[in-house]
Amino acid sequence: MSKDAITKEFEAIVGAENVMTSETDRHSYSYDAAVLDSVMPALVVRPSTSEELGKCVKLCNDNGTHLTVRGAGTNLSGGTIPHPGGVVVLTNGLNRILEINEEDMYAVVEPGVVTAKFAAEVAARGLFYPPDPGSQAVSTLGGNVAENAGGLRGLKYGVTKDYVMGIEFWDVNGELVKSGSRTVKCVTGYNLSGLMVASEGTLGVFDKIILKLVPPAQAAKSMMAIFPSMKAASETVAAIIANKIVPATLEMMDNFTIRTVENFRGAGLPVDAAAMLLIEVDGHPAQVEDEAAVVERICKENGATAINVAKDAAQRNAVWQARRDALPALANLKPTCVLEDATVPRSKIPAMIEVLDEIAKKFDLTIGTFGHAGDGNLHPTILTDRRNKEEWARVEKAIDMIFDKALSMGGTLSGEHGIGLAKSKYMEMETSKGTLAYARRMKSVLDPKGILNPGKIIG
Amino acid sequence: MADIHQLAQMFKELDDQLVGCMRCGMCQAVCPVFAQSGREADVTRGKIALLEGLANEMLTDPEGVNDKLNRCLLCGTCQANCPSGVKVMDIFLKARAIMTGYFGLSPVKKAIFRGMLKNPRLFNMLIDMGSKFQGVFTKKQDDLLGSSCARFNAPVIGDRHFTALADKPLHKIVPELNTPAGKSGIKVAFYVGCVIDKIFPHVGQAILEVLERHGVGVYMPKGQACCGIPVLSSGDTDTFNTLVGMNVDVLRSGEYDYLVTGCASCTSTIKELWPTMYKGASARQFDIANIARKTMDISQFLVDVLKVAPREGGGRTVTYHDPCHLKNGLGITAQPRNLIRAAGCEFKEMNEAGTCCGCGGSFNLAHYELSKKIGGRKADNVVASGADIVATSCPACMMQLTDMLSRKKAGIGVKHVIELYADGCR
Repeated sequence: MSKDAITKEFEAIVGAENVMTSETDRHSYSYDAAVLDSVMPALVVRPSTSEELGKCVKLCNDNGTHLTVRGAGTNLSGGTIPHPGGVVVLTNGLNRILEINEEDMYAVVEPGVVTAKFAAEVAARGLFYPPDPGSQAVSTLGGNVAENAGGLRGLKYGVTKDYVMGIEFWDVNGELVKSGSRTVKCVTGYNLSGLMVASEGTLGVFDKIILKLVPPAQAAKSMMAIFPSMKAASETVAAIIANKIVPATLEMMDNFTIRTVENFRGAGLPVDAAAMLLIEVDGHPAQVEDEAAVVERICKENGATAINVAKDAAQRNAVWQARRDALPALANLKPTCVLEDATVPRSKIPAMIEVLDEIAKKFDLTIGTFGHAGDGNLHPTILTDRRNKEEWARVEKAIDMIFDKALSMGGTLSGEHGIGLAKSKYMEMETSKGTLAYARRMKSVLDPKGILNPGKIIG
Repeated sequence: MADIHQLAQMFKELDDQLVGCMRCGMCQAVCPVFAQSGREADVTRGKIALLEGLANEMLTDPEGVNDKLNRCLLCGTCQANCPSGVKVMDIFLKARAIMTGYFGLSPVKKAIFRGMLKNPRLFNMLIDMGSKFQGVFTKKQDDLLGSSCARFNAPVIGDRHFTALADKPLHKIVPELNTPAGKSGIKVAFYVGCVIDKIFPHVGQAILEVLERHGVGVYMPKGQACCGIPVLSSGDTDTFNTLVGMNVDVLRSGEYDYLVTGCASCTSTIKELWPTMYKGASARQFDIANIARKTMDISQFLVDVLKVAPREGGGRTVTYHDPCHLKNGLGITAQPRNLIRAAGCEFKEMNEAGTCCGCGGSFNLAHYELSKKIGGRKADNVVASGADIVATSCPACMMQLTDMLSRKKAGIGVKHVIELYADGCR
C-alpha cells in the first residue's frame, strides 16, 4: 500500500486530527532521552480508544509496517526511537485510570497514564504505588512496564515488575490477549504478563495494565551520613543490610557529585566529604525509631564523620532535594551527559567504585557517580560533549569497559534503563548465544513479520 | 528570502545553547500548551529538536518549524523547571528573530510594530479615536468585569469577551510627573506600559495614589514607548532596539532610586531582555544595566522596600494568579500575596496558581482556541477557590482572566493587586 493510502486507512481508524504526517511532527518523534541518532518515522498516530489501538496494530501487521509504541519518550536506551519509515503509535490518548480498588488493593490503567499522576491519585485513596523512576513526573505506566522501570525505592519495595498483576495486550494480528488477574494468586496459563514486562514493545502492544497497590508506611525517617572514603560508605551499605535492616531508600553520592550539587543549589553540603549516604527507613513508628538508631550506630562504626537526622519535613525534604539535584547538577556542567546504569550485586559496590575511578583516569574523562547503592544500581555519569569526536571515542571505550567490569562481577548491563538500541550489542556478553537464539525464535513466531519495535533488545 | 542553507548557518549559531538540552522530556510535565495538545512539537524538547534539525540541515520545511515555534506562550515555565538549565527563552527569542529575518514580518505586524509602536504619538492618537468609536461596534457583556463583546461578526475580536479601551488613557489623565521624595525619602520612576495606559488607567492611578500615600516621589516622564516584548516575541529586533532606545532616552535623565511598573511583562522585559537582547550604542547599554538593576514590580517595591506588612483579614476573599513573567523569571510570588493580605483581604490560594493563563500576548490572537482551553482551566481553578476576586500583577493576564471568567458568567471580579491595596488604604 502506498504511504498516502495507508495514511487514509489510519485516518479512518483514529480520525485525521490524530494522524501526523508533516516533517516537523515526524521529526519530533524521532528521538528519546538516549544519546543516539534520531530516526524519522513515516507517520505518527494517536489512538484514543482500546479498539482504535487494536486496529492500528492489525493495520501495521497487514501491511508489514514497523510499529514503535511511545509514551513520554523518556527512556535512556533508544527504546522508542522508531524504525526508518515506521509508524509511531502514541499512548497519550489512552490515559485513563479505569479503576482503583481500595478493598482489593489493585488498579487498572490504560498505558498512557502518567506515573506521578497515578501515584498521587492512589495516595489520595490512602494507598501506595511505590515505583518512582526519575522521570515519573512525565513517564507513562505503559512505558514503565515495557522498560521495567526502577527508582529510589527498589531496595525495599522492588521495581515495576513487582507490581504488575496482569496485562491485556494486542498481538500483531489485532487479537486481544489476556494474562494475569485481579487476584493475588493466579496460575492460569503461561505468565504472559511476566513476558511483557521489559519487552520494550517488541512482543505485544499494551492495552490495559493491572497494578498491585500496597498500604503506605505510617512513618519515615531520613538521614544524611558523611564518609571519609567511598570505601567506608559502601562498607556501611553492606553492614546495614547484613544487620537485617532494609531501608526504603539507600543512596550514595561521590565527592564530585557532592561538589557539583553544592555548587548548583548551595544547600550547605560538605564539599570536602569523599562520600555521602542518604538513607530513609520507613514502617511502623516504633520500628522506624529502632531501625534509625541502628543505622546511625552502623554509620558511626564504619567511620561516618557526621550524621544529620532530619527532624522535620523540611529537613527531610532537604535530604532528598540533594539527591534529586544530582542529575540536573551534573547535566549542567557539560553539553552531553551519558547516564549509565550497569548494576552489580551490592556486595561488589566498593569494587565497582574503584573500577569507575580507574576508568575515568584511564580514558581521561569526568565521571560523577551517584545512585541506588542499596540495590547495587549505580549511575556513573559521564560528562562530555558529543560533538568532540575524539573524546566521544574515549567515552564509548569507557562504556564498553564499564559493562565488561560489571559483568565480570556478576552484575548486569542495565538495572533500570533498558536495552533498547543502545545496549543490544552487549546482550550476548551477559547472556549466551543460546539465550539470544531462543529469544529470536520466540519473537519470530509471535511477530512473524518483525513489525514490533524492530532492532530493540535482540538486535 | 535567503536559502535554507543560510538559514541553517544562522541556527548553527545557537548550537552551543541547543546542545544543552539532554532530551530528558521533563518539560512535558509543566508546559501549558502540551497539556492541551499532547504533541511533542508543542513542548520545548520538541521545538529544540526542530531547531537542531534545521541547523543540521536534516529538515526542509522551515515554515513548518516556524509554525511550531510560534505555538508557545513564552511563559518560561519550562526554563524554570529545566534540569539541565537550558536558557529556553533566550533560544526561542533568538530563533524567532532569525525566522523573522528569513521570512520577513507579516504585513499586519509590520504596520502595527513599525507604523504605530515606533511612533507613540500616532499610536496614542489612533487608540484615542478607537476609544471614542468602539461603542458602535461593541456591547457591554458583564458589568462586574467590565467586559464587552462584538455587536456583529468582527474578524479579530471573534467571540472574545474583551476589556474595552479606556475612555481616557493614563497619559491624558496624568501627562507627566516629577515629585520629590516625601516622608519615605525614596523616589521612584514609574514606567506605565501600554496596557495599563490604554486599557487599565485606573491601575496606574492606583499606583500613583499608593506611592503618594507612602511619601514616595515619582518621576514619570512623557514619551514612554512600548517595552518591546510584543515585537521581540515576533522576532522584530529592529523595532525592539528602537523602542528600548526611546525608553532609555526618557528614563536615563531622572534621578530615582527604583523604577517600578505594574506590569509583570514590562518588569521582566526591562530586567531580563533589555540587557541581553538590545543591540546598540554601548553608552545606552550602560544606562540599560543601571535601569534594569533598579527595576521592580510594584508589589515587590511595597513589600520588600517599604516593608508594607500583612494585616488582619476579614474583607473580601481574594485568590491570586501568578503571572509567568513574575514567577518564572524573577521568582516573585510572595510579595503580591502579602500585598493582598496587607489590603485587609482574606487570601485563598487556588490550585495551579502558577500555571499560565494562556494569554501569551499575540499567542492569544494567533491561537485563540488553544488559548481559550488553557484559560478555561485557569478560570475553573479560580471558581473552585471560592474567592470573590481574582487578583494578579499583570494587565495582560487581567484581560485574559476577564475574558475567561466573563464567558463562564462566574460572578468573580478581576483586579490588579495594587487596586486592592489602594482600596484597603482608603
